[in-house]
Amino acid sequence: MEITTVLWREFIFFKRRFFKITASALINPLLYLIAFGWGLGRDIQIEGATYMHFVIPGIIALTTMNTSFSAISTRINISKIHEKSFEFYLTSPVNMYLLTMGHVIAGALRGMYAAFLILIISCVFGIHIRINLAFILICFLNSFLFAAFGYGAALSIDSHYDMSRFTVYIMTPMSFLCGTFFSLDSLPFWAKTFINILPLTHASVSLRNIVINGQFNHTSIIILLIYSIAFYFFGAAMSYREMK
Amino acid sequence: MDLIEIVNVTKKFDNFTAVNNVNLKIKKGEFLGLLGPNGAGKTTIIKMLTGLLKPTEGEIYIDGRKMSRNNVEIKKRIGIVPQYTNLDKELTVYENLVFAAKLFRINKKQYSIKIKELLEFMELEEYKNRQVFKLSGGMQRRLMIAKALINEPDIIFLDEPTNGVDLNGRRRIWDIFKVMKTVGKTVIMTTHYIEEADYLCSMVCLINEGKIFKNDTPDNLKREQGRYTIEYFDNQNGQMVTKYRHFKSKEEALNHVPKIKNFHYTVRETTLEDVFYNLTSRKVV
Repeated sequence: MEITTVLWREFIFFKRRFFKITASALINPLLYLIAFGWGLGRDIQIEGATYMHFVIPGIIALTTMNTSFSAISTRINISKIHEKSFEFYLTSPVNMYLLTMGHVIAGALRGMYAAFLILIISCVFGIHIRINLAFILICFLNSFLFAAFGYGAALSIDSHYDMSRFTVYIMTPMSFLCGTFFSLDSLPFWAKTFINILPLTHASVSLRNIVINGQFNHTSIIILLIYSIAFYFFGAAMSYREMK
Repeated sequence: MDLIEIVNVTKKFDNFTAVNNVNLKIKKGEFLGLLGPNGAGKTTIIKMLTGLLKPTEGEIYIDGRKMSRNNVEIKKRIGIVPQYTNLDKELTVYENLVFAAKLFRINKKQYSIKIKELLEFMELEEYKNRQVFKLSGGMQRRLMIAKALINEPDIIFLDEPTNGVDLNGRRRIWDIFKVMKTVGKTVIMTTHYIEEADYLCSMVCLINEGKIFKNDTPDNLKREQGRYTIEYFDNQNGQMVTKYRHFKSKEEALNHVPKIKNFHYTVRETTLEDVFYNLTSRKVV
């Protein structure tokens, strides 16, 4: 009940802000595609594919991460600190684990929507991306884990201003380092090892393998799943933190 | 019969003691006011009663069951109007109530009837499709009350429920609370509006610096103090200060007037504010 109730509420929010949400989800990927795809890499070949085929999976991974994280963290942050509506959950007879799941799925669906928009833009750019079930599953897991992380992060802070810490120290470095725009092959071993621990690396590399070779790495899916479970429990634990 | 029992409850935030060894019993059907200045510990008590905060020491029992953050059975029976607006501002009035009803697992047939009743009772029917951020402060408060009543609770917590509402709006809300009182709901209200506590409460707890130091009916508290008060200016070390004298009857107060050598005085009925001030040398407001 908690899951469907939260999804119902988030659907109303999405419906009411459809154009604003769509427009803001389009801007960043569009700029990336123009700058890195058309501008920089029209004639570049990388890992045996055109740069556009190389970069689009990275942009999808990056955008699902950012959209899911910000969609949920902003909503929770506002409802906790500004609207104070989060407190209502805590005094209602709800199961916090299901409530967390509802929010995380809602955030993940926002990420999936952003991925869908990028695929449409890619078509407009004349780039056709190969999609299969594994591709959708990786997109969903990537969205889910970052939505869960956003949920936990928003509940772990006591001021709007603290939210930027997560963006500056975690999200932005990952955006650029996790093989989204360039191949990790040329990196030193220690850097590659560290970057390979991060979830976005597994999402972008796996999506790219599907697009370029039609293959995917089971280990990456398992790693994304482990991150999803860990962040989900982190989010649920943070809900209880509100009841000190 | 005691519906709520607070036993030796203390709440500390690091080194600060917000609530200090409070004991309190609240009877079924009672309209209890927690009266005290800002920072006295009223909201902390309400938060502990509703499971939002965990007592550092002591225990809280509601209908014989220990209150905890996971006690779903108790949560089903309580309604809360918090100090701050807790509405989803993107949703409409109706959607806010549906959302609350769904969280309480009320089925559609039941909540449709209940929401209609509540919208009529709160005079919000014509605004039901309006988004919350477009409502006035008073309307938002009424919606919060409606939201707190969606599950037909038998215990209602009101934490400064008319905070920031204009006088007309406040009067309208008081009428709603009077109805709650009449139908036998148990209500625990915090306020720093003296007239609110005076008008609504059958029992008043005076609270200061985390301690309940007086607990009685408003009438008894005022009678104990003296029903009439003379408020006058007096010169104290070259400074004009307001002083108060309390008397059992109006005649007694009027007889005392000639003894006041000063220019400004008022003879009036004693209020709970006078009682509070006399006991703590602090004002509630």
